[in-house]
Amino acid sequence: MISSWGRLSRAEHAVRYLADRAAAPGQLRGAGPGVCFGMGRSYGDVCLNPGGALWDMSGLNRFIAFDPETGVLTCEAGVLLRDIQRLFVPRGFMVPVNPGTQLITVGGAIANDVHGKNHHRQGSFGDHVLRLRLARTDGALIDCGPEREPGLFCATVGGIGLTGAILEADIRLRRVAGPFIDAELIAFANLDEFFQLSDASEGTGATGKASAGFEHTVSWIDCVCGGGGRGIFMRGNPASATCGPLPKGGRLAVPFVPPVSLVNSLSLRLFNTLYYGLKKRAAGPSLVHYEPFFCPLDNVGHWNRIYGPRGFYQYQSVIPRENGREATQAMLGEIARSGNGSFLAVLKTFGQRQGLGMLSFPRPGVTLALDFPNKGAATARLFERLDAIVREAKGRLYLAKDARMPRTLLESGYPRLAEFLNYRDPGISSAMSRRLLGV
Amino acid sequence: MHRRRIVIIGATSALAERCARLWLEQGPAELVLVGRDLEKTGRVAMDLRVRSPQSSVSERTVDFQDPAAIGALVASLCAAAPVDVALIAHGLLPDQSACQADLGLCREALLVNGVSPALFAEAFAGHMERAGGGTLALIGSVAGDRGRKTNYVYGAGKGLLTRYAQGLQHRLAGTGVSVVLILPGPTATPMTAHLKGKGGPPLADADAVARTMVDAIEKRRPLCYAPGKWALVMLILRHLPRCIFNRLNI
Repeated sequence: MISSWGRLSRAEHAVRYLADRAAAPGQLRGAGPGVCFGMGRSYGDVCLNPGGALWDMSGLNRFIAFDPETGVLTCEAGVLLRDIQRLFVPRGFMVPVNPGTQLITVGGAIANDVHGKNHHRQGSFGDHVLRLRLARTDGALIDCGPEREPGLFCATVGGIGLTGAILEADIRLRRVAGPFIDAELIAFANLDEFFQLSDASEGTGATGKASAGFEHTVSWIDCVCGGGGRGIFMRGNPASATCGPLPKGGRLAVPFVPPVSLVNSLSLRLFNTLYYGLKKRAAGPSLVHYEPFFCPLDNVGHWNRIYGPRGFYQYQSVIPRENGREATQAMLGEIARSGNGSFLAVLKTFGQRQGLGMLSFPRPGVTLALDFPNKGAATARLFERLDAIVREAKGRLYLAKDARMPRTLLESGYPRLAEFLNYRDPGISSAMSRRLLGV
Repeated sequence: MHRRRIVIIGATSALAERCARLWLEQGPAELVLVGRDLEKTGRVAMDLRVRSPQSSVSERTVDFQDPAAIGALVASLCAAAPVDVALIAHGLLPDQSACQADLGLCREALLVNGVSPALFAEAFAGHMERAGGGTLALIGSVAGDRGRKTNYVYGAGKGLLTRYAQGLQHRLAGTGVSVVLILPGPTATPMTAHLKGKGGPPLADADAVARTMVDAIEKRRPLCYAPGKWALVMLILRHLPRCIFNRLNI
């Protein structure tokens, strides 16, 4: 029985394990329709194919080569970002783009073109892929990259696994002095302050000139109290320090699925008030290890269980900057009125880069991400209201998080969709592709 | 510092590969990977070289059913320098009903899981005894503890290793050689892939099982269930009266 991270469904799949990169093309030839599955960390149905075939990539977890001169790492698609970090940070290299969890595969990072707190500087994951090897279900094995087969490459980056199975990739790692980040927390009272802080920190202020600025920025936003706009702005730069506080070894875990969601209007109010208060008091600079800085929740095993047996949705939108303030305010207003929302509400401005993938999520603007316990029709109605705001503001939703967006919103949000469809592998189908693309 | 010399037989098996990674995490070592398929073994070696550029990793191939070839390979490995750890890891999980229908398949499963690893163990035991030290680790299975209708062909092969390890432990007691028998429960590896996604038995995480194995080898424990809970489960299952056991659909 396989679920994705949102735990909205649990279904039987015919799992096929790909564990040898030489044998994989043969295993995939004529095997479909199925879809690749890595760590199952996407929230919705992008990695699922209920009742059908699922190609488990987690066994393709070998490194192939590393060049310490250029920082280029060649590895199989099932290697975890965590394993790259743990091996290479001590050697002075780091994954260039760190999403909110390291417990994802390289293939998944490419197929969802994931982004991190440094989007305004480094773009998304696909921007650092120099080559990938794609196995199609017709037996073809194709190497592509920004220069070689660029069409197929741009369809595959962010292509939610529908163009073939990524078997291996060349990724350019970044040089770092050590594992630490010079981090700073700043409390803000409303969205105007948030945007001022973002502009000042990302070097995209009124002058338009890149200033010294910060490599990483992200905010936690309080979606229930304080009028829906206060929050904690976090920014940081790679530190030159080589010693500092190490992450705590102890690993917590949610041991079982509680019978009901532990996230409700009461617990939310309590948590958000406490969290805001505590972080506000802790405001100021500090030296932080990259693991808690990038992925604070990786230390809490199975945290998705707190939403109870019905699972949860994550709703992540990006809104073009010119409409960003009003749309974000409007969405926060709807969420506050609904009494739903989550501990984990994240707000961040993206940089000027358009994602290179045809279906890449990041684009210039502001992104808001929130978890919602699944309350059936009530949640669906809230999402419809949020969809209307996103559509009106010419925004889009993140496919890696989605389990329910209507097809029209995909079409309005992703103008390169028609171009993308030319590159699909007809032997690949997922719950998401059938829901949003018909096949 | 002395670099440990570790030989892994069946190095492309998922558990063996994970153990190799854990050993290299502890520090540079000299690793010899023995497999049937040179290219596949080479891919494992490539990965280990990226993980530990200071280590020396080499690959060898051999016919796993040829006693003379096994004897010659082990002799040459042990002649080069003393082997600190030999891990014998190969195995094959056959379909029980297919084995019942096809004696050729049945024989193959018994040979791969039982006879072949025992021959490697016998070969290493002699050289290690003469060298006066070393750790010889064998991967058996909980399935070898009591025959069950759903997988006794596999279980019988693995059970052979349990008896063989006991005999070697008796023979080598008081010498510097340790024999470690590891009995993993169902683990998430390519071997058990067909059990995943179907609501079958819960599969243990391969990394966690490998960690338990490496720890047992380090401590030279004669017997190690991985994960540890299987020690209790199998204690009960082994002692269950036949009249009850025969009613179980396991």
